[in-house]
Amino acid sequence: MEDIQSIKDPYNLVITGVGGQGNILGSRVLSNMLVSKGYYVTIGETFGASQRGGSVMSHIRVSAKCTWSPQIPRGKADLIIALEPVEALRVLTIYGNHKVKVLANTRPIYPVGVIAGELDYPSLSEIKASVKELSSTALFIDATDEAIKLGNSILANIIMIGAASRVLPFPINRENFKDLILKTLPASKLDMNLKAFDLGASIMEQFPGRRQRRVSAGRP
Amino acid sequence: MSDLIDQNEEGQLLLMGNNAIARGALEAGVSVASGYPGTPSSEIIESLSRIAKERNLYIEWSTNEKVALEVAAAASFANLRSLCAMKQNGVNVASDFLLHLGLSGTRGGMVLVTCDDPGALSSSNEGESRHFAKMFEIPLLEPGDFQEAKEMTKWAFQLSEEIKNVVVVRSVTRVSHASGNVRLGKLPEVESHAEFKYDSLALDADIGPAESTPVGYKHRRQQEKIKKARDIFEESAFNTYLGPEKPELLIITSSAGNLYSMEAIRLLGIADRVGLLKLGTTWPLPSKLLTRYLLMTKKVMIVEEVLPFLEENVKILAAEQAKEIGIKTFYGKNDGTIPMAGELNSDLVISALSKVLGIDYMAMSPAYERKLELATLTAIPDRERTFCSGCPHRASFWSIHNALQVDNRKGFVCGDIGCYAMGRLPCGFSTTKTLHAMGSGAGLASGFGKLAQFGMDQPVLAVCGDSTFFHAVIPALINAVHHNSNITLVVLDNSGTAMTGFQPHPGLTVNAMGDDVPSIDIAKICEAIGAKVEIKDPFDLEETRKTVNRLMENDEGVKVLILRQACALSPERKHEKKYEMSIDETLCLGENCGCNRLCTRMFRCPGLIWDKGKRKARIDEVICVGCGVCSFICPVEAIKREKAA
Repeated sequence: MEDIQSIKDPYNLVITGVGGQGNILGSRVLSNMLVSKGYYVTIGETFGASQRGGSVMSHIRVSAKCTWSPQIPRGKADLIIALEPVEALRVLTIYGNHKVKVLANTRPIYPVGVIAGELDYPSLSEIKASVKELSSTALFIDATDEAIKLGNSILANIIMIGAASRVLPFPINRENFKDLILKTLPASKLDMNLKAFDLGASIMEQFPGRRQRRVSAGRP
Repeated sequence: MSDLIDQNEEGQLLLMGNNAIARGALEAGVSVASGYPGTPSSEIIESLSRIAKERNLYIEWSTNEKVALEVAAAASFANLRSLCAMKQNGVNVASDFLLHLGLSGTRGGMVLVTCDDPGALSSSNEGESRHFAKMFEIPLLEPGDFQEAKEMTKWAFQLSEEIKNVVVVRSVTRVSHASGNVRLGKLPEVESHAEFKYDSLALDADIGPAESTPVGYKHRRQQEKIKKARDIFEESAFNTYLGPEKPELLIITSSAGNLYSMEAIRLLGIADRVGLLKLGTTWPLPSKLLTRYLLMTKKVMIVEEVLPFLEENVKILAAEQAKEIGIKTFYGKNDGTIPMAGELNSDLVISALSKVLGIDYMAMSPAYERKLELATLTAIPDRERTFCSGCPHRASFWSIHNALQVDNRKGFVCGDIGCYAMGRLPCGFSTTKTLHAMGSGAGLASGFGKLAQFGMDQPVLAVCGDSTFFHAVIPALINAVHHNSNITLVVLDNSGTAMTGFQPHPGLTVNAMGDDVPSIDIAKICEAIGAKVEIKDPFDLEETRKTVNRLMENDEGVKVLILRQACALSPERKHEKKYEMSIDETLCLGENCGCNRLCTRMFRCPGLIWDKGKRKARIDEVICVGCGVCSFICPVEAIKREKAA
């Protein structure tokens, strides 16, 4: 865990995806975990029209000091969580920089223009290569496929949150997540969500170099 | 969402701006709240409705914004505190009553919350509700963050009672739909007793009849109230200043512009050069306070969204005070420093400041920009909005579109407000050809339907949703029937105000608080008005298409077709999967079929995709909700549906 004093303030997190992927719920869960730890969190999100198959992006700004504006300035993201792979690339074009980390789901949701054959959707290897080029760390997870194995594709967002808990510099963990789910969802949903969270966290542990980095990370 | 009352005080919660507004009303002891759903305002009434029973509130989703404002005003006249919430163009609908309400004045504290949508993120317009406050001479408050959204709403009730008039709190999407930390205050014990007193003269503001007349007297009294509000605003803690004593440039801002300006100043590192005057009380402007700050500098930049409301009012004030404060140079919307349309963000404020102060700022390093150019040579496909998988609107527009093709007389459809406003996009087969205000589709159709005497021979159709029908379509329908206009109105009845989150409307048997209420039957209303009515299931594509054709060919007045099928996202339908869909690859002929890929090129459902490798259609099992409709569009019947287990 990084030293809290050394965390960039505000820390800028983008959660992006497509309407219906549970992006908003994911950003609320993560943000509430941070507020319970005493941080100021601002979430900026657009919904309404953009829910209908459009890109949905939440900006989460975390600060130990104050409330920040609900829109991250251009080029200033610290971590991008993409529930859909091409959305990672879309966000990088506006908010990317050399230091940004990207955590992306590999399962595409095709825009209607692609379905209709008017537009091309890049191959996953093209997306991976571009994201790698445009970030300091690029981590790809088969979150939707894993969620289907758990019984419901919608859990992909929680798998991603579990994974993010191991990438974010903040001291948030399984217990915070559990407390929050108990407060916000019916008790019957706890098991499923905890399984998804744990799965995401354990996938992250398996990335080459992750474990070692986590141990050695500290005040620079 | 008992979050709102879970913690009585001392707690700190992550609240959406709209929920902070609702909490502010609760802390003020509100008793009645009403509204009509509209993004970005809906969560205010929604969150209050969920705790109505626990807090002894009366919460209502009214038929439209004007009725909502009247319902809230009635509570005020009976000495209760009341709130009314709506989106920016809702204020247009309510404005006739608002004009008169300003004259009659209010009794119990009354707050009108309007949530504007700069940039039209979820609107068909970029309307500015602030001008109503000036035009109708009522006070205007604009919260600059989430904490203030709560505090300001709470205080607005007090101000309303002090001046005995309605107070407007104007939020914007980036406050209403953003979330942030909010420290809570105490929830009061409210013991409210409602009584409307009217036993004195109309001139008696407290116990006379509530009337806008006699106008001369009431108007002068209203103007005294607004002067009193100005005096109160001079001392308001909602107006803050951050910066040096003698700044090179003074920014005057309000609302979301405050956080953007703070961030811009920080990123440019110019906190010692620029002062930031954030106004929370924006009409009437606190003139003495503004004069003090205008004296600090020669250069003033106004940062605000949509129209130059603050800018013009500050300029008038500066002209009046010119003798005392000297001549200022203004930067803002009128000189092009700040864009005239669209929403703001920190980057736009940065570019405005960079221009005025001559600072170079690069949001991205040139090296990273170069990488971006190379890495994104593979185009990132646009994600055009579309109807959800299983949406009844796709099926409805499919049939209406096909009926128009079969009819072949250049018929057209007037569109309206709701998800089905996307009927103009490829996902709705570009079927609708007009789009304006709530109910305007039927009104325009009523007019088009009378143009035969000038040689117009195109069939005229209109669409509207069920909630929109009650909101504003009924008068247009009456007009069309009464004037014998030759039109077909298609009511896309999906059983709720779907676009904004399934708020109930008069067609349903439940109200905002979950009580059983009588429902009003759309078909019976239409029949009573004198229209011929038919009801069909839009998922039956062929029957719907035939019906539309038959109605279009009938040139005897107004025909109404109600297409009834619940929204795919509605609470009762959300987890229902009627059919398991599959593609029989032995039957699918792909590009060689001759159908021009009706399934994917035309139908455009996100759950029915094109397998580039196999060159055949494919079901995306993560997206498909199993409505079964697409099985009817394939000419070789390769799309199979089987009843889900």
